[in-house]
Amino acid sequence: MMRHTISVLVENKFGVLSRISGLFSGRGYNIESLSVNRTTDESVSIMTIVTMGDDRVVEQIIKQLRKLVNVIRVRNVSEMDHIEREMILVKVHATQRTRPDVFNIVSTFRGKTVDITNESVVIELTGANDKILAFLNVMEPYGIIEVVRTGAIAIGRGSKMTSEMK
Amino acid sequence: MMTGAQILIESLKREGVDLIFGYPGGVLLGVYDTLYDSDITHILPRHEQGGIHAAEGYARATGKVGVCFGTSGPGATNLVTGIANAHMDSIPMVVFTGQVATSLIGGDAFQEADIIGITRPIVKHSYMLTNVEETASVIKEAFHIARTGRPGPVVIDLPKDIMAAKAKFEWPEKVNLTGYNPTVKGHLGQIKKMLRLLESAKKPVIYMGGGVVLSEANEELVKFSEITGVPVVSSFLGLGGFPGTHENFVGWLGMHGNYASNMAVSDPDFILAIGTRFSDRSTGRLDGFAPNAKIAHIDVDPASISKNVQIEVPIVGDCKAVLKQALGEIDKFNWDKNASARKEWREQIKAWDREHPFDYDRTADIIKPQYVVETIYKVTEGDAIITTEVGQNQMWAGQFYKFKRPHQFISSGGLGTMGYGFPAAIGAKLGCPDKEVFDIAGDGSFMMNMQEICTAVQNKVAVKVAILNNRYLGMIRQWQNMFFNDRFSHCDLNCQPDFVKLAEAFGAVGMRIDRKEDVEAAIRESLKVKDKPVIMDFTVDRNENVFPMIPAGASVSEMLLMQK
Repeated sequence: MMRHTISVLVENKFGVLSRISGLFSGRGYNIESLSVNRTTDESVSIMTIVTMGDDRVVEQIIKQLRKLVNVIRVRNVSEMDHIEREMILVKVHATQRTRPDVFNIVSTFRGKTVDITNESVVIELTGANDKILAFLNVMEPYGIIEVVRTGAIAIGRGSKMTSEMK
Repeated sequence: MMTGAQILIESLKREGVDLIFGYPGGVLLGVYDTLYDSDITHILPRHEQGGIHAAEGYARATGKVGVCFGTSGPGATNLVTGIANAHMDSIPMVVFTGQVATSLIGGDAFQEADIIGITRPIVKHSYMLTNVEETASVIKEAFHIARTGRPGPVVIDLPKDIMAAKAKFEWPEKVNLTGYNPTVKGHLGQIKKMLRLLESAKKPVIYMGGGVVLSEANEELVKFSEITGVPVVSSFLGLGGFPGTHENFVGWLGMHGNYASNMAVSDPDFILAIGTRFSDRSTGRLDGFAPNAKIAHIDVDPASISKNVQIEVPIVGDCKAVLKQALGEIDKFNWDKNASARKEWREQIKAWDREHPFDYDRTADIIKPQYVVETIYKVTEGDAIITTEVGQNQMWAGQFYKFKRPHQFISSGGLGTMGYGFPAAIGAKLGCPDKEVFDIAGDGSFMMNMQEICTAVQNKVAVKVAILNNRYLGMIRQWQNMFFNDRFSHCDLNCQPDFVKLAEAFGAVGMRIDRKEDVEAAIRESLKVKDKPVIMDFTVDRNENVFPMIPAGASVSEMLLMQK
């Protein structure tokens, strides 16, 4: 089972999101995360879907996505040179005593502190999946109150559009 | 300026629609008022499910797109089984559903149902009209999507206010869909690779499916099989795609297919699969399916390739187009090289077939269901369009009727919808009035949509229904007999109507046939009726089982044969 990041260019039309999420649930594929938003072209949206599966399953997922009429392009960006980012907002216990340590770690991970109370801080961090996991791991002992995560977004390296890359 | 309803009807005419199966309802009254002035024939079924199966039967018999209407809410939900059926068997359909006015959507209005949401997993595509100006272009797109690529059903939801709103009618010149462009021609390099592998194969088999019927690739396939000397095995839905009487035709494979076909795919050295999806009912347990064969697969749907079985040579394209390309290259290969090995292979397959042909006890005094099918085949000279219900009747129809041409065999293969055959027969007969159309039925299935006798009587549709009446849900009884220690849980249909009186009550012709010697005469008699349906109730052996049988999840080597 491998983690795959799939970039899907879709027409920005009624019900597209449900067609795609329904395809995953109906065929028993899992979605680890899904993020969707408009592109510079208002009529087109881009989705980044992170899924787990062996090669055969991922091949089927891509073929089934391509069958959807509103789907314009599908790329398995895991197979190409690409940049992937997620963002988290984490609320962590931090008292006067532990705060300097927390700040230190946040700065090491190049995160930002965006809210402080006497007992807690809220940290904003972006990075690839492994960095996010590593950060959460290090924060664990301080007491994580809440984590809110975006799904991954991904873009191919180089001057071509991701959807045009091989 | 035209109303949405007028644009809808005009668009249907532009698409060449001459027959609609539909049931009106509150939100569709505007559309039906427009239809009243139109010259498109409209057939009113007695249940929406009957209507959509009839539209599918029409599509399958003619190769055209089937069209049906249902109103919002229950009208739309009653269409769901038919949409799923068309989706599973890849039949081109455009299904129009009424919808409440856009201002009411989401408010749980009277007869409101989210039919786009409900049908999402069982459509090729769907639309809800939200702007009257897009009516014509959506309809044109829908027909294009339904009939091209791997065909399938497209649903268009019609809110009441959009059908009443006005716009200028503009018929688009062509369809422009950025995300939809099915491949028609195959990759020539891959086709040559397939031919090279086939050239060196000593025990090759062509395994064809419903895609050959849908793309009408039958003539190309016959030529291809004759030149290469490769025997042809069909899936159940492929029947008719290759002439059943051709010497290279082996039969059909799968759970109730013939012994020779199943043996032929159990250990060949090469399989050329054409327009088929390797369904579990065809392949049996996958590790027993051609473990030593290289497989090439021609299919218009890339997602069908390597879905269940790993494929060495994928060829994406329309079956007919790819076979044409292959025939263009065929002279460049040497088909004599392994001709003698292949002859031997064909002899081997013939020997298997002689060993265990489709058979039944022909000496029995009681009417055997297989005898009825065989007699229909004889009387109609193999030329009738056959629809089936689902269960034992369906398997016997496939076993004892040999099909000549595509669109001749109409059966609910993928979904296995009971109640399908009779309305499908009505649609087929309306599409092909010059052909005899028989629904080979079971008593259980027939009772699921028998209200459509009324539709057939009203429209003078002279279909014949042959009920193989064993007063059981026969296939259920068979499984309970074979795998559940004769614990016949809820399969007994001894309480049933008098089908002769029932037919007569509807104004149709009813016949009961209790004796074997009356079977042929009754079938001949039924052919004389030209203006109404004939319901023939054949009292058959209650305990007859379908053989051969490969139990679910078993492989070919575990095939159960008829006890002699």
